[in-house]
Amino acid sequence: MHPTTHAFPENARKALSDERLQKVLSTAGTGFVEKRRKAAERLPEFEALRDQGRDLKNHVLANLDTYLEAFEAKVTEQGGHVHWCRTDQEARDAILGICRKANARTVTKGKSMIAEEIGINDYLEANGLIPIETDLGEYIIQLRHEPPSHIIAPAIHLSKEDVAETFRDAHTELPRDRLLDEPKVLIAEARQVLRRKFQEAEVGITGANLMIAETGSTIIVTNEGNGDLTQILPRIHVVIATIDKVVPTLEDATLVLRLLARSATGQEASAYTTVSTGPKRPGDVDGPEEFHVVLLDNGRSALLGTEFQDVLRCIRCGACMNHCPVYGSVGGHAYGWVYPGPIGSVMQPALLGVKEAGHLPNASTFCGRCEAVCPMRIPLPKMMRHWREKEFEQGLQPATMRRGLGVWGWFARRPALYHAATRMAVKALGALGRGKGRFARLPLAEGWTRHRDMPAPEGKTFQQQWAERKGKR
Amino acid sequence: MSDQRPAPRVGLFVTCLVDVFRPTVGFAAVKLLEDAGCTVEVPSAQTCCGQPAFNSGDRKTAADLARNTIAAFEGFDYVVVPSGSCGGQIKHHYKELLADDPAWAARAHHLSARTYELVSFLADVLGVTNVEARYDGTVTYHDSCSGLRELGIKEQPRRLLNSVDGLTINELPGAEVCCGFGGTFCVKYPDISNHMVEAKIADITKTGADTLLAGDMGCLLNMAGKLKREGSPIRVRHVAEVLAGVTDEAPPIGDKT
Repeated sequence: MHPTTHAFPENARKALSDERLQKVLSTAGTGFVEKRRKAAERLPEFEALRDQGRDLKNHVLANLDTYLEAFEAKVTEQGGHVHWCRTDQEARDAILGICRKANARTVTKGKSMIAEEIGINDYLEANGLIPIETDLGEYIIQLRHEPPSHIIAPAIHLSKEDVAETFRDAHTELPRDRLLDEPKVLIAEARQVLRRKFQEAEVGITGANLMIAETGSTIIVTNEGNGDLTQILPRIHVVIATIDKVVPTLEDATLVLRLLARSATGQEASAYTTVSTGPKRPGDVDGPEEFHVVLLDNGRSALLGTEFQDVLRCIRCGACMNHCPVYGSVGGHAYGWVYPGPIGSVMQPALLGVKEAGHLPNASTFCGRCEAVCPMRIPLPKMMRHWREKEFEQGLQPATMRRGLGVWGWFARRPALYHAATRMAVKALGALGRGKGRFARLPLAEGWTRHRDMPAPEGKTFQQQWAERKGKR
Repeated sequence: MSDQRPAPRVGLFVTCLVDVFRPTVGFAAVKLLEDAGCTVEVPSAQTCCGQPAFNSGDRKTAADLARNTIAAFEGFDYVVVPSGSCGGQIKHHYKELLADDPAWAARAHHLSARTYELVSFLADVLGVTNVEARYDGTVTYHDSCSGLRELGIKEQPRRLLNSVDGLTINELPGAEVCCGFGGTFCVKYPDISNHMVEAKIADITKTGADTLLAGDMGCLLNMAGKLKREGSPIRVRHVAEVLAGVTDEAPPIGDKT
């Protein structure tokens, strides 16, 4: 996926004037917020679990090599294969290699953000394979050739009318008079088409919410059961996951799972939690003949030991974007690449570079709601600020802003001059028409006055009046 | 306050926006503090808390201004700020900014421990439960983000407002959602900011309140500017003005003198 993150302001403007999108956004987000709040309230130890989750992940990140090697040893011991991949290209090639060796033609896919990150669908297609998304939302956007707009609800930007239209265009055998007006009917339609594909596929690719070092298992959570069919029916199961997903034990995994579903959808647990441990063993009635884990770094290890390490605690629940007023205003596509919302504003500069993704950490009011709900207590605003520091160091911010800040900073370091300057500024603003109480237009403040008035200063500065009063006392 | 104890010596950190746009808030703060038995001083060596630099990635300027503030406010029993945003900067971020500078880090911690946002200082530290004030109107209250999430200010202003004669509070749905100000955000991303403040004033209008209150001038200028642009009659004030009973001394924010 070619990033358009550098064009965030234009993307945002388009999204804000897209009435259809705005209608969907105004109703979509609030459901998740309420559900998460209620789920957290129902569990008295929820806040304590968040502390434990944070501590667990910090421990893992401090011992990442140990746990990854232990995980690999267990997978191998059980007859599976681990493919260490430094870059997205290495991961694509590893997956293509597995498919080629299996003479695969059709590949089913469970939902995976890492698959989006490495652009596996386009790559497989370019190499003559047919990848088929089996998560309903992912399936819909695959038909529309769109990227996901949310990490757990990829088609959240679409209305049910949009989905019906998409199915009519893609499922050409569909009778024109068949009604597609209810979510239930839409799901049945997708299920009918996907059922056939599940049986055709030679390879099934899933992501992993967790990897367990103790057992060599991977875990996925879904609400549709598509992940199970993706990994059980084909002959080969490929798991694509990044290195930060490992935890030491099954017990640790349950801690993360308790936080994950509640934070994401307000469920106590997802409908399906599926543990995969190696290929089919003698005597097993089902399961894949081959089990591969494509273990991707793609820049994550470079964050270890830096001010951005904490972002690797992320469990991809989406709570940050559900609670973000900026995401709620512009939707996920405006962020221009795989990860939207506050987590994207921290991850995208790490993965794409601050030059491409520098807008994202700036496009935040630092309202702090993301951090307040993050199950892993990731200090997202603080990390966005760190990206702003990188930009400042590299001189990437607009010259007018840098100059403005420079002049202001020079005065603010010199209290006597600063107070003289503010006195003069207030006097000048007064001369511009204080009587009206506000300005509809102000030189140098177009960004403000385009959309709102600027309340006028009352008169003299506080410091000036205070000094005068003290003189009188 | 008990009569035996000496009056706490409070340094008022005025904040840039109060200094320039709304001195009334500063005088309201002084009155509230004096009424509660404090002696108040306003060091003239203070300028800005440095947050605009800090949030723009300019740590050096931010650290310089932090040192300036720390030096200006040494020796007070408490430092009180009529803003959750500037208060949060001094209380939480100075420590982080100066962590690698041992001499100043200790002074930053010392200042942090003595610094409070105005309303939380009155309610949580001085134990004020009611104020002598009258306001005939129905108000709604917006929780400014930094005050709410960095300093835990939620019930304190409501508790004190409930002691104001003649005042009724209509709760604002989504009171904890950002108004779209965000410092330089509102001029860097004006369209997104506008979308956020539009949603906010729609919620405010729906409450039926005739007055909007909040504890931070940035948010107040943003919401007042939007309400006035839309021709709304809703009056906008800093919560300190109502608690201090000084609303007849200045017109609401953005309204005619």
